[in-house]
Amino acid sequence: MTQTAILIVCGLISGPLLGGLVSGLDRILTARMQSRIGPPLFQPFYDVIKLCFKEPLVVNVWQVFCVHVYVAASSIAVVLFFLQSDLLLILFVQAVGAVMLVVGALSSTSPFSQIGAQRELLQMLSYEPLLVLVVVGIYIETGSFKLSQIYHWPDPLLPKLPFLFIVLGYALTIKLRKSPFDLSTCHHGHQEIVKGLLTDYSGPFLALTEVGHWFEVVLLLGLCTLFWSTSWVGMGILLAATYFLEVLLDNITSRMNWRWMLSTVWGVGLALSLVNLIWLTQGG
Amino acid sequence: MEMIKKSVNRMRAKSPWLLHFDCGSCNGCDIEILACLTPVYDIERFGIINVGNPFHADVLLVSGTVNPRNRKVLSNLHAQMPGPKAVIAVGACGLSGGVFREAYNVVGGIDKVLPVDVYVPGCPPKPEAIIDGVVAALDKLKELGLRKEA
Ligand code: SF4
Repeated sequence: MTQTAILIVCGLISGPLLGGLVSGLDRILTARMQSRIGPPLFQPFYDVIKLCFKEPLVVNVWQVFCVHVYVAASSIAVVLFFLQSDLLLILFVQAVGAVMLVVGALSSTSPFSQIGAQRELLQMLSYEPLLVLVVVGIYIETGSFKLSQIYHWPDPLLPKLPFLFIVLGYALTIKLRKSPFDLSTCHHGHQEIVKGLLTDYSGPFLALTEVGHWFEVVLLLGLCTLFWSTSWVGMGILLAATYFLEVLLDNITSRMNWRWMLSTVWGVGLALSLVNLIWLTQGG
Repeated sequence: MEMIKKSVNRMRAKSPWLLHFDCGSCNGCDIEILACLTPVYDIERFGIINVGNPFHADVLLVSGTVNPRNRKVLSNLHAQMPGPKAVIAVGACGLSGGVFREAYNVVGGIDKVLPVDVYVPGCPPKPEAIIDGVVAALDKLKELGLRKEA
């Protein structure tokens, strides 16, 4: 009982803490790649605290409700991850949160917000099936959706599921709002259709969307750790390499349109997953 | 309580988000403002982000003269920014109308429409001067923040 409580608290604290640090590192790394110095490591925290104490301006009260559900859902997903719960359950809880953010954006009449919301829906349409396929691959290999069992699997999953890891990379790129998939809204200082999905969230509510985003980043990086769960070193190297590649990709690619995103992510993503799944079931 | 207020104010000064509005400038000032974003000046060092959305902005950076057509847009943008907020007028045009002062359609400087906190002179001002102007506006932001919470 006490262990559960400790895990819940760990999840709730480490979500924003790790997410914020990762986002700070991301900004510094991006700046260095563009031969700039970049902001301090804790800049994302400064931003969020500042936003929390700004005057609350609400376009539509639904936004307030939606953004709270978004943060609740993404934090519950991370807590469930820490509690070593069921992977499918975690994915669906996270999806509920993501949908609520879109509903909030749709409740405003601003065209930027509307277009951003439509694009976000298309992005979800691209990555959600892939995430489910990744989880299915993990199930076929380990025989369980339960995280506690997957983490106790004796061998690293990456050699068995290399293509599915690439597929997870696609989902991660979309979720982190990185080029070439930063259509609905863009992270950091970039602008796209003003701020797309987040245009009409402001002040404390914008801060909440940011915190929710940190939870999601932690969750997705947690999913990446599943692929090398046998040793801490392997896990660390895998995470660092994946994130470095994400930032590199962000800096060397330009933003594409949603048609390209849908066809590439589905075409390449589904093909890679299928090859990997067939290999697992037939070859193994 | 006092400590929290102080630290929140410190955060405010560390993350000023800019909204840049070209109020009919000749584009000289705008080029200098955008130059601040380049690796040479790298304003992100100070946590400054150039946002395109008044809802997210803390500081309104205006270049150019006000005319009867754009004064409404200008005051609209200012009204859409959640407080505490500061306004910076950039360039001779933003200060007084500059070389366009005598034109029939020019109302004058930005302060004819909005309360301006910091004036950055020059035609156009150097990027260093613009960055200095933003840093000077931070004190104003802090002061406003303290007054609001008091
Ligand atoms: S101050 Fe000079 S450079 Fe700036 S808008 Fe006016 S004329 Fe152009």
